[in-house]
This record gives sequence, structure tokens and C-alpha cells, in this order.
Amino acid sequence: MGGYYGSKNKTMEQHVLLRDVDVPNIREIDVYLAHDGYAAWKKALSSMKPEEVIAVVKDSGLRGRGGAGFPTGVKWSFIPKDVFPRYVVVNGDESEAGTFKDHQIIDGNPHQLIEGILLTCYAVQANVAYVYLRGEFYEPARTLQKAIDEAYARGFIGKNVLGSGFNVDIYIHLGAGAYICGEETALLSSLEGQLGQPRLRPPFPAVQGLYAKPTVINNVETLANVPPIVLHGAQWYRQFGTEKSPGTKIFCVSGRVKRPGNYELPLGKYTIRELIEMAGGTIDDRPVKGVLPAGSSAPILPASALDTKLDYESLQAAGSILGSASFVILDDTVNIVWAARKMVRFFKHESCGKCTPCREGTYWGLRLYDKILSGYGTREDIDMIAEVASQMSGKCFCLLGEFATSPMLSTIKHFRDEYEAFVAAHQGGRRNGYDDELIREGVIDEAGNLIIGYVGQKTAHHL
Amino acid sequence: MLREKRADEIKAILAKYPPDRKRSAVMPLLYLAQEEYGYCSPEAMREVAEILNLDPTEVKSIVGFYTMFFEHPVGKYVIDVCDDLPCALRGADKFVTHCERKLGVRAGQTTPDGKFTLRTVMCIAACDRAPVIQVNRVYHYDMTEASFDQLVDALAREDGAEHVNPREE
Ligand SMILES: Cc1cc2nc3c(=O)[nH]c(=O)nc-3n(C[C@H](O)[C@H](O)[C@H](O)COP(=O)(O)O)c2cc1C
Ligand code: SF4
Ligand code: FES
Repeated sequence: MGGYYGSKNKTMEQHVLLRDVDVPNIREIDVYLAHDGYAAWKKALSSMKPEEVIAVVKDSGLRGRGGAGFPTGVKWSFIPKDVFPRYVVVNGDESEAGTFKDHQIIDGNPHQLIEGILLTCYAVQANVAYVYLRGEFYEPARTLQKAIDEAYARGFIGKNVLGSGFNVDIYIHLGAGAYICGEETALLSSLEGQLGQPRLRPPFPAVQGLYAKPTVINNVETLANVPPIVLHGAQWYRQFGTEKSPGTKIFCVSGRVKRPGNYELPLGKYTIRELIEMAGGTIDDRPVKGVLPAGSSAPILPASALDTKLDYESLQAAGSILGSASFVILDDTVNIVWAARKMVRFFKHESCGKCTPCREGTYWGLRLYDKILSGYGTREDIDMIAEVASQMSGKCFCLLGEFATSPMLSTIKHFRDEYEAFVAAHQGGRRNGYDDELIREGVIDEAGNLIIGYVGQKTAHHL
Repeated sequence: MLREKRADEIKAILAKYPPDRKRSAVMPLLYLAQEEYGYCSPEAMREVAEILNLDPTEVKSIVGFYTMFFEHPVGKYVIDVCDDLPCALRGADKFVTHCERKLGVRAGQTTPDGKFTLRTVMCIAACDRAPVIQVNRVYHYDMTEASFDQLVDALAREDGAEHVNPREE
């Protein structure tokens, strides 16, 4: 059986989502039942119409936790009337670098997720839900399957649930290693057995989703919010967070801090600086150089933005996004060129290849970083990176291509002097601390020579 | 033959999807085939294609799209080490170099005895527990060079070592 994954950071008197922090063994159905487990499900089936469930989620102001922050209840109300069957699809692909919150929910509090899925199915009158988990969640998938089996055995899932006449089934579907499958239309293609590549929107999944049927897709964390909202009401939920960003959110903190982990906090209450303090501060108490608020996909924020509040609006105003709230902390020991290259490498690796600007742009972007990091870069190469990214911007088929530009553009914007200093200090392929990585990845040979023959080429013209 | 040997599992997989949408079963069936054959061999892909009435080339393109389906034989233990940015900020690159030295192969290679394949992977959603690895999809958190050596030695001895330092409740 899958092990338990999760940090035990007590950040609230009573957590709304990470209840495994407060209640030992809440992953087991009897413990969950002893702590209001499936009470919202019973309440909905016995006393609420599906529209009422949608209404309370709408009133709560819950916004999608998968990245885009779209209001969940509003999304549900887009399901067209009179078209059946409908599907609920749960996005558990969790592949954004720095994100590990869904992992803890699934391992630590799986029944709350299941209850959220059931309520969603009822709200939109879907009889089948698929939980799409990234393939690496083989162990969490077993934990979740065990919880699903328990819930079937107790009559919370299946035919004629609790005598209500409502039928519902939940199935897990494992991905197999592809970040793009977190993008909702690519996820649907993958689930249908096609290549996991994005599709054109519209039609949106709510109208034509899985098997061309109306489909609600929500993130794991989003759905874990639903049971407490249905049980306690929208006003109760709104005691947390701000008017526009209600509720609590799990912040994944990683990188150069003493206590990386998941921290559940009311939105808008604390600042980035306070979040870093909760995570024990930086290693050796070094100054913060920059923060990636949504993993590799969001523009980096410099240290001057540390007093930004943790909610959707404030982070946007500061020039980045909240996204999945995966805060990667960089201190002053981190070489920004190296860090940016890691992120560009991620996108090069994960580009699905469907459209040219993204496929070629990430390829040439990485090549330029390879050249600079291995000590063969010039100042023109820095400009060329910005040029490659600008050429991608606005031309890619899906948001992955757009995300890929942000490590390039935002790090050059805020840290151009560091790029230039690095280039100047490493002229002529001087060996540096990155040799092992660069040799491993086939960028340089053991003698430090660049392997790929593109030195000096003006690569951006290939775009 | 997959169809005979794993008949019950195949049936259970197909039952998850609507009868006219059997194609959805391609990924779970490929996992099954990979378990049976060690990798997605041409026979494995052909069998999956037959079960689903697909063209084998379509199945092959799906295998090629994902990193967790193996088109070529791999070691008995596939060790995936994350060296993505958040882990790398906590020493993952140096850790990978250690793994390479311990196993005597480069990332991407298999040991000559066919026991271990070492790969580097992008973020596997456990960045707070870096360095982190998966061995045949089972997580091992908070790795050190010493615990890696211990794990590899135990696997080499086949003493069934499954977990190194899992966090217990
Ligand atoms: C490249 C890319 C990757 C994404 N990865 C994920 C992911 O891993 N998990 C997730 O829930 N949403 C991810 N999303 C967002 C989904 O497309 C979609 O917006 C989300 O599942 C909707 O659920 P929500 O409204 O509950 O957030 C990704 C989007 C893009 C463009
Ligand atoms: S932008 Fe990138 S990931 Fe998105 S469709 Fe184009 S190639 Fe694929
Ligand atoms: S970066 Fe290694 S698990 Fe996330």
C-alpha cells in the first residue's frame, strides 16, 4: 500500500484541506467518518437539489486551484441542459515544478477528495467521474483506490447511493509522464487514448469534453474544498480569504528554505516574506534573490516584491501570478542563469511538439542557455534568448508555450546584470561548477568542449 | 499472450470505459503489457493494438509520447532521480552524479548486468523531500548518498528492500 506523503505544518487552528495535519489517520474511512466525513454528501443527497449545490459553491467564490483561478460554481453552470451523459474529470496530473499539494491531499485526506468528487457529480448530474493522476502517482493511486473501495463498501459510491436513486462511479486513470497532460484538453485526449496534445477551444469541455460530452474538469485541491463548503455554507467559507480570493489555499514551498513543505493559509492574509518565515527562513539565513510563485510557469519576482500579499489579485499586480501557488525560493547563492536554464530545459522536455513556435522556441532557447552556461556565451546570446521568447509569445497553440517564455523574459528583465557578469566571467569555455550536469546532458564533452555545433549561429531565424 | 495470462485484469480495465470507447484503455493496457514483458516490446504493442482494434503504429506513437513507457528493454529496477529546479536547489545535481558513480553508468543507461536503469526526470511532485527518487514508481524520499548506496546494495542482493525511510504517521 502506498506510503503517506505530507508535511505536518500546523498553520491553522483547523485546516480546511490538509486535515491530516490535525487528525491522525484521517485517510482511513472510520476516522474520516468520525470527523464529519461524508456528512456533506448525506446532506446534499437528502436535502439539496443539484442546483442548490452549484449555488452554494458559486456563492462561496471558490476559484479553481489548478492554476487559472476560474470560479468553480460558474464553470459548473456552463454544463448545457438536457445533454447526457455528462462527466466529471479530476485533474491530478500535478506536474508543475514545485507543486506537491495534490500529492498530500490524495495520500493524507483521500476521502475528502472523493466526497468532493461525489458532490460535483451530483451537482452536474454526472454518473461517472475519472480521476486522472500522473503516472508517477502509482502509490498515491493505490491509496486513493483503497479509499474508493471503502466508500463503495459503505454505500457512498455505486448504485442508488444511500437510497437516493443517484448512481455514481469513480475510476482512476493513470497518465504516463507528460506535463502537457495537465492542460485540460490534452488531459481529455490522453484519457480518450489519443496522444496527449491540446485541442482547440472552443468548444470548451463544459460543452464538448470527454467523448464529446459535457464535462467538468477540476483540480484535486479545488474539489477537496467542496465538502466543507456544502456542509458549512458559503458564509462560513468566506470567513477565510478576501472578497475576490475567498477560502484557504495550500502553498507549496520549496527551494532554499529550511522547512520546505505544504502550508495551508487563508488567501490574502500573509505576505511572501511571512510565508518564507513560516518555512523556517532561508538556508543559512541568506538574502532572498527571487521567488517563483507558480513554479517554472510564472515570472520570477525579485526580492523587492516580498511584501506582496498571497492572493490572486496581489500577485498579478506584482507582475506574476498565483497559479498553483508553488513557491520556489531562490537565495543569493543561486546562479540565475543556471536556474533559468533548468526551467527552459523543463519546457523543452515537455513541449508536446504540436506547434512550431513552442517546439522550436524551447529547443533554441535551451541551446542558447547551454552555450552560455558552458562558458561559450556572448552578450548577443542574452539578447537572442529574449528574441526567441518574444517570437514565441502569443503564437503558441496552448499556454505551455507562453509559460516557457516567462523564465527567459522575467529573469533577463530582473537580473540582466547577472547574465552579463556570468558571460564575462566564463569566456572561452572556462570550466565551471556545472560540468557534471552539462556532460551528463550531452552539452559538453569531458574536455569541456561544446558538443553541439551551433556556437555563434544565429539560431532564432529558425523559428 | 497477454490476453490469456491477464484476462481478468484486461476485463476489469475495459469495464471502466464506455463500450464504444475502448480506446481509452490503451494506457492502462500498456502498463499491463509492460509489466508482463518488461518493456513495450513489438509483440506487447501488437497485442494491445489487437485487444483495442487499433493500428499497431498508433499504439507505437502513444508509447513514444510518454516517458514512462519503455520502447527498449530496461533494467529490472528503473531508478528515476529528479533533477528539476526545486530539487536541484537542494543538491539534486550532485546527488545524480553520485548515483552515476555508484551504478557505474550515466543517467539514461542500464548497468551491464541488466539490473538497474538510471534516469533523470522532471519534477515528480515531492520537492520538499529532495533529493527524491522513484524505483519502479515507488517513492524514496529525503535521499542521501549513504541511503542510496544502501538501497542499491539491498536491491542488488534481492532482499526485497522496498522502502527507504518512508515518512510514517
Ligand atoms: C501547460 C499546462 C499545464 C497544466 N497542468 C495542470 C495540472 O497539473 N493540474 C491541474 O489541476 N491543472 C493544470 N492546468 C490547468 C488546467 O488546464 C485546468 O485549468 C484546470 O484543471 C481546471 O481546474 P480548476 O478550475 O479546478 O483549477 C494546466 C494548464 C496548462 C496550460
Ligand atoms: S504550445 Fe507547446 S505544448 Fe502547447 S500545443 Fe504547442 S507545442 Fe504543444
Ligand atoms: S523538483 Fe524534484 S520533485 Fe519537484
